[in-house]
Amino acid sequence: MAPTVFSPWDDPEEKPLIQFTGVTKRFGEFTAIDNLSQDIYAREFFALLGPSGCGKTTMMRMLAGFETPSEGQILIGGQDMAGIPPNKRPVNMMFQSYALFPHLSVWENIAFGLKREGTAKDQIEVRVSEMLRLTRLDRFAKRKPHQISGGQRQRVALARSLAKAPKLLLLDEPLGALDAKLREETQFELMDIQEKTGTTFVIVTHDQEEAMTVASRVAVMDEGRIMQVATPAVIYEQPSSVYVADFIGDVNIIEGAANPGDDGYDITWAEGQPKLHVKTEKSFAPGQKCFLAMRPEKVVISAEEPADAPNRVQGQIIDIAYLGNLSTYHVQLADGTMMKAQIANTRRLSRRSLTWEDRVWLSWTDTAPVLLEG
Amino acid sequence: MRRFTWFNATALTLGFAFLYLPMIILITYSFNESKLVTVWAGFSTKWYGELLGNESFLDAAWVTVQVAVVSSTIATVLGTMAALVLVRAGRFAGRTLFSGMIYAPLVMPEVITGLSLLLLFIGIGLDRGILTIILAHTTFSMCFVSVVVSSRLVSFDRSLEEAALDLGCTPFHAFRLVTLPIIAPAVISGWLLAFTLSLDDLVIASFTAGPSATTLPIKIFSAVRLGVSPEINALSTIMIAIVTVGVVAASLISKRASLAQQRDTQAAARAA
Repeated sequence: MAPTVFSPWDDPEEKPLIQFTGVTKRFGEFTAIDNLSQDIYAREFFALLGPSGCGKTTMMRMLAGFETPSEGQILIGGQDMAGIPPNKRPVNMMFQSYALFPHLSVWENIAFGLKREGTAKDQIEVRVSEMLRLTRLDRFAKRKPHQISGGQRQRVALARSLAKAPKLLLLDEPLGALDAKLREETQFELMDIQEKTGTTFVIVTHDQEEAMTVASRVAVMDEGRIMQVATPAVIYEQPSSVYVADFIGDVNIIEGAANPGDDGYDITWAEGQPKLHVKTEKSFAPGQKCFLAMRPEKVVISAEEPADAPNRVQGQIIDIAYLGNLSTYHVQLADGTMMKAQIANTRRLSRRSLTWEDRVWLSWTDTAPVLLEG
Repeated sequence: MRRFTWFNATALTLGFAFLYLPMIILITYSFNESKLVTVWAGFSTKWYGELLGNESFLDAAWVTVQVAVVSSTIATVLGTMAALVLVRAGRFAGRTLFSGMIYAPLVMPEVITGLSLLLLFIGIGLDRGILTIILAHTTFSMCFVSVVVSSRLVSFDRSLEEAALDLGCTPFHAFRLVTLPIIAPAVISGWLLAFTLSLDDLVIASFTAGPSATTLPIKIFSAVRLGVSPEINALSTIMIAIVTVGVVAASLISKRASLAQQRDTQAAARAA
């Protein structure tokens, strides 16, 4: 039996844990969320990704109960959340600033929600020590928040929000305050904890790498709307719009006109440049404006003209960005268009032949780019 | 660079002399044997003894302490509530007017506050006594508390309260369990400020005190009009001593607390 892939969103029988239906949120004149509908399923690690001001934090605060929708409905576990205050929701939140209570010890911070619930003393003891173990904070139980490091504070905040075993955990930029190395470690820790506890996580982030790493599905947001919801791989390989293609990762975007050819489309895009051939399942009218989005790592760069590549253009290296594991070549084509090509630095620096001002060929297959309407 | 120059030394001496010479003279003469304030006749503590036997002074002192404790406590409760509303409620109709009115008594001449309170008490037929002084002191010290507390609340991280709500607190519990303990230092210094303001208030107390209750400042002021007695010097010296001990203790405690905090934070950073 093949291992089942976790994808409840493809299963029509599956009931979503969270349902946004036609939710709009206005702050005065400003529309933060614009008629948004979205389902999120139990045990998902759902990432809301977008630039600041795109409405992702507002969505999260509406789930927590700190904001109320101007229109529409939010259901959690089938129950309408309208009029239910934050303290009565089966939801806990981990705040961006961690919001640890400075006058309480780590232990008391974690026990805070359980005490409010009226849990028995011995059960609180058991649960808190379980949380301390889970987040590897046993040694720091008696410390106050200012007596521990940033990474430890982050784990206290996580433990505190998990202590009540919520159905849904909201994480608002949970790793924003950590340095790069620690952030990477913590991302894997988060995924591990999410898997162990089986809690549904909704994470808000502006860091695309973080969203791609941790999430089962990513929702890319812009100006109060969700532009695309899909698994990280689909978001990256098959973006549905130029906005998404451009927001996630590095991309070359070429504007042109579609001409149906045999087995795909031939794109005319610049004077004196060869047509580009693309295979796609989408259909375009003859002459329709289209955008060709192509990841730099799918572009092959070579000094000699490649013999059998379906698409090739010639240009000159203007700039090389050396990133250690990768190098990105900025190549200017004859008509002035800049294109990026990325190669993995599998050989040592001295063995590589391409350098500034070299004339090179860029080539790619006809399935490498995605053809978009804009 | 040399820190010590004759100019600096002179300026420092003059400045401190300007501030403290009057008090030093007062303290010195409180230990004067002679009844004449301006003539030194040898060291003695007899005026302190006589002070303890002077019942009218002791009564006034007791009234003053009662007034100060009760009025500053009420003022702290009301002032904290006002500060919460002003900082938290966001915009509501009349917010500017309301905040302006809270702070107006800060700049209002005390004579006018006192006079208007007097008129009010006469108007509603309230007999002047310890109750009227308490009410009057609450009125004018409340706005000081509100200023102190609201300056702390402005920098208070709202997400702490939201976290408390999120973890199951009602808004009242969130305030009691999270907000209040964190802003406690500001509330306490608001209380202390109200307490000291009430202790040394002369003008408003003069308007609102009645024959049944007199505060110490009124007593001292009226006694001095009949001539400065060494007893008054002794009384003032005691008050200076109490205030000095209070201030030094408070600053030592807060200094130690901030040092401990700094040490802990550094230790945590190193351990990370």
